[in-house]
Amino acid sequence: MGEHRSMRYRLHECRRFRVAGREVLFLVPSHSIFALDELAAEIVHLLEEREALSISDILRHLNGHRSSAEPMGAIRELVSLGILQPAAQPINPRPQPAPPATFPLRTLVLNVTNTCNLSCGYCYEYGEDQLSHSPPRAMPWEVAKRAVDFLLEHSGESDRVSLTFFGGEPLLNFKLIRRTVSYAEQRAAERGKRIDFSLTTNATLLTRRVIDFLAEHRIGVTVSIDGPRELNDRLRVFPSGRGSYDVIAPKIADLLRRHKTRPIGARVTLTSAVREVERIFDYLIDLGFQDVGFAPVTTAVGRDYALSEEALAEVLRQFETLTERFVEAALRGSYLGFSNLSDLLWELHHGFSKSYPCGAGLGLLGVSPTGDLALCHRFIESPQHRLGTVETGVDERRRAAFLKAAHLSRKTDCHTCWVRGLCSGGCHHEAYVRYGDTFHPNLHYCDWIRAWTEIGIRAYVRIMEGNPAFFDRLEGRKSP
Amino acid sequence: MKHVRALNRKARRAERGIDDHDDVMAMQEQQPLPLSCTTVFDPGWEIDALGGMGLLCQPMERDLYACYNECWWPAQLPDQMVNYPDWSEKCASAVKDWRHLDLVFP
Repeated sequence: MGEHRSMRYRLHECRRFRVAGREVLFLVPSHSIFALDELAAEIVHLLEEREALSISDILRHLNGHRSSAEPMGAIRELVSLGILQPAAQPINPRPQPAPPATFPLRTLVLNVTNTCNLSCGYCYEYGEDQLSHSPPRAMPWEVAKRAVDFLLEHSGESDRVSLTFFGGEPLLNFKLIRRTVSYAEQRAAERGKRIDFSLTTNATLLTRRVIDFLAEHRIGVTVSIDGPRELNDRLRVFPSGRGSYDVIAPKIADLLRRHKTRPIGARVTLTSAVREVERIFDYLIDLGFQDVGFAPVTTAVGRDYALSEEALAEVLRQFETLTERFVEAALRGSYLGFSNLSDLLWELHHGFSKSYPCGAGLGLLGVSPTGDLALCHRFIESPQHRLGTVETGVDERRRAAFLKAAHLSRKTDCHTCWVRGLCSGGCHHEAYVRYGDTFHPNLHYCDWIRAWTEIGIRAYVRIMEGNPAFFDRLEGRKSP
Repeated sequence: MKHVRALNRKARRAERGIDDHDDVMAMQEQQPLPLSCTTVFDPGWEIDALGGMGLLCQPMERDLYACYNECWWPAQLPDQMVNYPDWSEKCASAVKDWRHLDLVFP
């Protein structure tokens, strides 16, 4: 056997950060995050500037080490963790795994009605970018019942399933929700599975009776609200044009007071008119929401409520400010409910790497009021994105075609991006509205997502180094 | 791990994967530095097409390590893994420093 010091190594695909005086490495293919000591960092620096180096070259470049034992030890660690790899090895030797042939269903989103009592200009279901023009419909009981059976039948080995009530405004069909919940609880119990419920609402129809029902059945609630009155009422309006804030404020107060069995979250849609992230965040947390999440509005190019480049940059700056506050709170052992960040930290903590941006078409499907299955709730009633019906089951041929086309390995724009395993090209619906192509990577967000991921990694490292126990708590929040 | 520290779970898994196999790694293919006598060919005591050594793909001094590096096999050379871990300490580059590879007296 020979001496291997002439063997050449190169740096595996990775991203290096300096966080609080420490060198940190994010390994792109695996999403592992490592802290490097000075020697290991020096070796990584050396290889960042060159395509490949032999071990003797590395040793020669390292100054101040009289013996080669230490540097050799560091090289060995870097190699064994896959941070350095033999230059002769193909850069990405592992083929992308093929899309799974069958996948247990975890979540079904029931569009219990396609009508809404609000008329928000930006709504992807009723606004200018809506995908379908179906007549108003409420889901009948037979469809909901069949959907519950369908979910349980297709949930395979998983002992937990989720049912989400969505719309339109789902509380317009509260009667159906009540009946469905009780049926689902009974059917799940018979099968020995746990079922979780959630609901997204505009809060206009919350009454004491509704709230008590939600609390009693541990139904997670997300309220769509865009902040204090003057911001919320810019786009969240009744068909008459009247703002919704005065109607929802007392109902939200009641909800937060009476519903304690699950965390209640607020979901803010950022538009050109609503982008004061930090102010909105503080306002909603003060109201009593446990979590606040922000999403830029999904629009075709050119809508006047779309976020401009400058507005997106401003949003990022405010996200960074909130991140700073989140980290300070986490180091003290408390939780700031900024869910965009807590979601990202959770993914980073586990090192999840995804070939699809979300569970659409995999573990998650949407159900239209008539029982058609869709990729997700955003594609309900879009004929192109129909994947069968709850009656006849999933059209496996169409699903396979979707999964093949949507796989990250098909998105050539993403292949050199270091956050590709987190973003996976972004939301299919966003792509469809923006580019008219469900499989188009969301190129308009690339820089933003990369910058945001870097902010997240820096926050992750600081919390991990300062208060690692925080992540046990986060784990509890993310999987109740 | 002394120089690299795992921070997230994925990294810890990579680290554990290595620690778990510490005792058998020496003969495995995932071993960071390729080893074993059969998977890597040394240039051997051979000559190039012109009868010299200038065109060999590896410097001939490389052979001086044969059966040393990461090896425990009893041979005419000191073994690195059990008895002489520091034998090549003073020899950072075989071509230049081969004279530092000295005799040993067990």
